[in-house]
Amino acid sequence: MVMLAHGFGCDQNMWRHITATLGEQSRVLLFDHVGAGRSDVTAWDSDRHATLDGYARDVLEICRDLDLRDVIFVGHSVSAMIGVLAVNEQPDRFAGLVLLTPSPCYIDEEGYRGGFTRDDIDELLDSLDSNYLGWSASMAPMIMGNPDRPELGEELTASFCRADPTIAKAFARVTFLSDHRADLARVRVPTLVIQSAIDAIAPPEVGAYVNDQITGSRLVTLDATGHCPQLSAPQATAQAIAAFVAERR
Amino acid sequence: MLEDNIDDLYDGSPCGNVSTLLDGTIAKINATLLGWLGYTREDVIGRKRFSDLLTVGGRLYHETHFAPTLQMQGEINGVALELRRADGSRLPVLVTSVVKTGSDGQPLLIRTTVFDARERRAYENELLHARQEADAERERLRGLIAGLQHSLLPDTLPAPPRTQTSAYYHMASADRIGGDFYDLYPLDASRWGFFLGDVCGKGLAAAATTAAARHTLRTATAYDPDPAAALAHLNTVLYQDHRSRSHRHCTVILGILTPTPTGYSITLAGGGHPAPMLLRADGTVEPRPTTGGTIIGGLRTPRIATRTFPLEPGDTLILYSDGLLEARSGLGAEQFGEESLQEFLARLAPTTAPAAVSALTELLATFQRLDDDVALMAVSLDAGPPAHTRA
Repeated sequence: MVMLAHGFGCDQNMWRHITATLGEQSRVLLFDHVGAGRSDVTAWDSDRHATLDGYARDVLEICRDLDLRDVIFVGHSVSAMIGVLAVNEQPDRFAGLVLLTPSPCYIDEEGYRGGFTRDDIDELLDSLDSNYLGWSASMAPMIMGNPDRPELGEELTASFCRADPTIAKAFARVTFLSDHRADLARVRVPTLVIQSAIDAIAPPEVGAYVNDQITGSRLVTLDATGHCPQLSAPQATAQAIAAFVAERR
Repeated sequence: MLEDNIDDLYDGSPCGNVSTLLDGTIAKINATLLGWLGYTREDVIGRKRFSDLLTVGGRLYHETHFAPTLQMQGEINGVALELRRADGSRLPVLVTSVVKTGSDGQPLLIRTTVFDARERRAYENELLHARQEADAERERLRGLIAGLQHSLLPDTLPAPPRTQTSAYYHMASADRIGGDFYDLYPLDASRWGFFLGDVCGKGLAAAATTAAARHTLRTATAYDPDPAAALAHLNTVLYQDHRSRSHRHCTVILGILTPTPTGYSITLAGGGHPAPMLLRADGTVEPRPTTGGTIIGGLRTPRIATRTFPLEPGDTLILYSDGLLEARSGLGAEQFGEESLQEFLARLAPTTAPAAVSALTELLATFQRLDDDVALMAVSLDAGPPAHTRA
């Protein structure tokens, strides 16, 4: 069973280009974090979801309720760290962990380069609070129709990274102020780190750091641009995940 | 010709032009955009990516939405972003990008046009501010209405000896105050009065009538515990205003609980209100209609029907407003109706007041269409014989 968890500002649609490939070898489970996509927003709890641990509990509850075993958890962006917390809590439930463009801490500190200064992150959170327009009107799809390829417009406008604005703001705060570097060394399940060669959100040093901290993990650097290689380089991303899944069977 | 220098047109056009490689590295940029940014050509060509020119929020958005969309669709139009200039200040812009492809259809580079959006952003901020103010006002109004509604109902419902009581009020609209009301109160050392009614309409006039009805009934029963007389008083008070635009009539059930050796005797007086339901200790459900009673406050001389019956140990009496009967499970579905209510209650009986009200509250939540307010009130007599210590 491969469980795919989307990152901040997105929903499960993020995986649409690689689910077919992954589905050839194993069952694939998709879900939306609370507040994203078509999730039940009433399930959001300002206390529970004030830390990534709350999101990790959500993941474990899905596993428990569906009685999932030998799960290979694939977490993109912030969900990579949610996966780390979940496997540390219940390692027996998981057969493997794939961290796609992970970052355990976004803010630079002495001896660590996260890629952002504290001012950068404050500015980001401010811009979300003041209804930054790219994210405005509930981060609704800003996808324009493409008369030459109507199938794309339809696919995307159906649901592309919908998110509840209030929850998204809180999730941004939780995501970008989190520091889970200390949790990496506790990971005991086989782990694969996948990063893009060029990524403005999680620079290559961060992927290398994550790989160094987890005992026995492997690092794959894709010849891809961007924080979302499952969109910009779906084939290479799917192959990297599929090879890891095949080894775990 | 005036405009025959294409290079000059590119550099000096009133919008920013920038071309990037597929990985975002800046390959060509015009003087207008450099001027806005405060960079020299050498600062950026081959050294910066387009996303490096954005604020952090913009960079995140670029990574997760802009770039993937551009890659899939080959173009993206009019996206609002902010540039971060060399001096750290921000410039709101609108960005349009297209992918230039070679003759074989392979993508070669990305062409991006950037428009200064300061004026537009200022205007949008005004709109946003106005919307936030309107939202805050609406919240304030809703709080006010909920508070006002609450003030028309008793804070807590007392329970006469050996009984349990419970009530629930469902507001159909957070924007309009409703006209249902109920109360239960001691008349003297042993007797208790209770009522539940429904003023026609919603809004302030209905709320004023609701307050008048509640106080009139309490006052009238304090002086004369005959429920029919109390309803006649209420009719007189409401009918005084029958020519006024703020005039409202109501339907109401008023009851008096009088202790008996085994329980209570209930005398009900009703004016045009749906039948209270008596859930018996043996599991049967008996409607106790006040047939023949007319609406209160609409006629000079109303007909008021009364009836008396016992409340025995294990019995539960339920009063409700007609919003419950008019509820629908979906668009175009039948109204819930008295028959369905009776069937629903038959599955509850025997029960207690809190259990019955809680079951009905859950039922209300299942209705798709609940256009009217609903008031519920129940009184149940504890099962088993009375304790000897009680008088």
